[in-house]
Amino acid sequence: MLTVSLNVNGESVSGEVEDRTLLVEFLRENLRLTGTHVGCDTSQCGACVVHVDGFSVKSCTLLAAQADGTDVTTIEGLAENGELHPMQQAFKDNHGLQCGFCTPGMVMSAIDIVKRNGSGVDEATVRKELEGNICRCTGYHNIVNAVQAGAKKMGN
Amino acid sequence: MTENGIGASVRRKEDYRFLTGKGSYTDDLNLAGQTHAYFVRSPHAHASINSIEVSAALASDGVVAVLTGDDLAADGIGPLICGVNVTSDDGESHRAPPHPALALGKVNYVGDHVAVVIAETIAQAKDAAEKVEVDYGLLPAVTDTATAANDDQQQIHDVAPNNVCFNWPFGDKAVSDAAFKSAYKVSSIDLLNNRMVTNPMEPRAAVGEYNSGTEEITLHLTTQNPHVHRLVLSAFNQLAPEHKLRVVGPDVGGGFGVKIFVYAEELVVGWACRKVNRPVKWTADRTEAFLADAHGRDHVAHAEMALDENGKFLAMRVNTTANLGAYLSTFATMVPSYLYAFLLAGQYSTPIIYSEVKAVFTNTAPVDAARGAGRPEATYLLERLVDVCAEDMELDPAEIRRRNFIPVDAFPYQTPVVQCYDSGDYNAALNKALVLADYGTFSDRAKEAESRGKRRGIGLSSYVEACGIAPSAAVGQLGAGVGLWESAQVRFNPTGNVQVFTGTHSHGQGHETTFAQLVTEQLGVPIENIEIIHGDTAKTQFGMGTYGSRSLAVGGVAIAKACDKLIEKGKKIAAHALEAAEGDIEFSDGNFQVAGTDKAMNIAEVAFTAYVPHSYPEGLEPGFDENAFFDPMNFSFPAGTHVCEVEVDPETGVVEIIKYSAVDDFGKLINPMIVEGQVHGGIVHGVGQALLEGCQYDSDGQLITASYMDYAMPRADNVPSFDVDYAPTNPPHNPLGVKGCGEAGAIGAPPAVINAITNALGIKHIDMPATPENVWRAAQTATS
Repeated sequence: MLTVSLNVNGESVSGEVEDRTLLVEFLRENLRLTGTHVGCDTSQCGACVVHVDGFSVKSCTLLAAQADGTDVTTIEGLAENGELHPMQQAFKDNHGLQCGFCTPGMVMSAIDIVKRNGSGVDEATVRKELEGNICRCTGYHNIVNAVQAGAKKMGN
Repeated sequence: MTENGIGASVRRKEDYRFLTGKGSYTDDLNLAGQTHAYFVRSPHAHASINSIEVSAALASDGVVAVLTGDDLAADGIGPLICGVNVTSDDGESHRAPPHPALALGKVNYVGDHVAVVIAETIAQAKDAAEKVEVDYGLLPAVTDTATAANDDQQQIHDVAPNNVCFNWPFGDKAVSDAAFKSAYKVSSIDLLNNRMVTNPMEPRAAVGEYNSGTEEITLHLTTQNPHVHRLVLSAFNQLAPEHKLRVVGPDVGGGFGVKIFVYAEELVVGWACRKVNRPVKWTADRTEAFLADAHGRDHVAHAEMALDENGKFLAMRVNTTANLGAYLSTFATMVPSYLYAFLLAGQYSTPIIYSEVKAVFTNTAPVDAARGAGRPEATYLLERLVDVCAEDMELDPAEIRRRNFIPVDAFPYQTPVVQCYDSGDYNAALNKALVLADYGTFSDRAKEAESRGKRRGIGLSSYVEACGIAPSAAVGQLGAGVGLWESAQVRFNPTGNVQVFTGTHSHGQGHETTFAQLVTEQLGVPIENIEIIHGDTAKTQFGMGTYGSRSLAVGGVAIAKACDKLIEKGKKIAAHALEAAEGDIEFSDGNFQVAGTDKAMNIAEVAFTAYVPHSYPEGLEPGFDENAFFDPMNFSFPAGTHVCEVEVDPETGVVEIIKYSAVDDFGKLINPMIVEGQVHGGIVHGVGQALLEGCQYDSDGQLITASYMDYAMPRADNVPSFDVDYAPTNPPHNPLGVKGCGEAGAIGAPPAVINAITNALGIKHIDMPATPENVWRAAQTATS
């Protein structure tokens, strides 16, 4: 067992973990931040995407120990005072979610896509960059619309 | 239409919790004192079990129990059952091999359940599972659908000679053969319907807890139908009496059919939590989902159409072999029989249809309903065959469809395969779809693509499905063990807000919004004061759950009927309060009004009066809380035409979908935004089947597509955006005028995509999935 200390959604946290504990397990089980989901075991589906030091990361590919000392933002850390982040709002406005399971990872990836590609990011880029997030419900059409709409809102 | 009522694209009430990480999925639940279950699964497709040695696992750190099939049998739990009878051609019921939840002496597929380890942590359970020693005696595996029933194949189950579950002919063979003899032309096709793994993004999970004080088991499950789970687990699996078993399906991350069924893990977790007297949690990892979720499709078929000289369909005959896997899953027998052969008429007036279905056992995961369930298989076969007919008759694919459509004035239309279609206008949808797809100018685009060395193709698919499942009497006649009505309870609280309890289950469909729209429209209560509650047998009176696009068409009507009862009761209460005759009370926009006067009270005031009945009609029960059941008179029959345009790169075999146009008839739309989302998702499910997804076992029965590295799920960069429109007709038997929309895309898309590819390459057929390799090979053959 070892102790990890990091900043999650603006709060300092620490906990005892096994060497093999993944960041996603630490978030879900130690911190009970269950908005970050696990949809596969091969780092393909993207349901577990969080931001680590400002970059989107699949939290199933990182050991909790590797996240020691980092700043982590999860889906629970986006809304402020009950008001949705522009990207969250865009997903709602554009019906970019159905069952909600892939949604946290989608939103976290989407924000990172906009940060790297700007508020005018085009459809082809959004589709290419979302390749690491799998959704079975929406057919992606409305997710792509949501990301582009959210991008505009983030830019304004 | 009120602002948030029927026809409004209301933004979803459920979204805030999902978008803020506050959804409550089964794996999110941790209970005090919880243990973790991990299943020891067979690494072999077919083997006898000579012994299971658990002592080393039991001595492993943190282990609470290691349980096997013998323990389960000793407690009289199980076996798992299949709930639908199909009578085989020998007059006997389909062959149903024993299906223990934990193996008894034999395993029949890779992933089959051998033992369960229960430990303090999941890591400890996994570590201990490695120490369970199983001595297997290997047997030859049967994996190939087409040859599973051959004489030289290993027999899997004693009760099923030649691995046949049933042979099920339907129709009059002699009449069909005669029609074929006198035909002007016979077109034929051989095709397979590729096996799919359903893959909702949330893996299956179960958390069981036992209360020794009340002797009640509570099972939190990834389920599409909590009451069906409770009924089957109780009545057929002997887990606990129905009144001592609570099933909770909280937020569920997608279903698509695969979470209908009662699985071994669920029964074992329910049993084990009582056995160890502590909560037990099991969550599948994705590999387990690939191995042990029920799979979908997997047919091999030969189909023929007899035509006259004008391209009119005279008769169709179909021979199908359907792979049911190693055991019968909960509704497995129904899928390749009633949900398949009874849809073979499609949109056409083909007068004679003869079908033979052979269902076979193999050493693969059980196969059961998956989005569309039988109807995609029927539609794919028929719509591919129709394109072959068009080619053989040198007719445009749109024209041959028009010549054979059931005309709009022929409804209600009795097909030769049981179903009686209630409504439809197939020409309207086709014509609208052709306009949407710019069908008339396709040849210009094809020429332009050719100048770039690419091949353009355009493909049609005109589908019909039977959903709104289903009239209880009809499914009862067919051999179903349940009735398929739906129930609802609409309860006003004294303060005027409304709780609606529905027996359907939402796992992405947006019921919390759509059903609230129904209620705000009917009762005039603001939508924010309406809460839809589902997914808990302790809260909802009863229900048959969500599948077969039934929730609105059946469950929505039950809600509307309960609202009707409230209005009737409210009139009595208002009449008394307003000192008027009940017959003079009119209800609209949430107000009970004395006709022709301004005397009125709103429904919230009526509700308050019902709970505080100080001055109240004599003999009337207090309370403002009604329930209703609805059993539909017929299936509903959504239909439509989808048009897919592709561009194929013959050098690489890569298929790009350039444009996809869908025109569907779902009847009335309650929330167009949600309906369109269902269409998009269904189309991509179908595009996935057509281009990407193919579940593969090798000849030893090893699943070689058991992860997202090996099984190609459609991703955002594989698909385009879609053009979606509607050509609605009114279903006369449905009080809400709705038909259902959840499966349409998955049914319509595969033949549209494949018809586009065969059109592009000028070939008769290519099997799904049309991967770049398969398309490239076909392109080489076509040009050589």
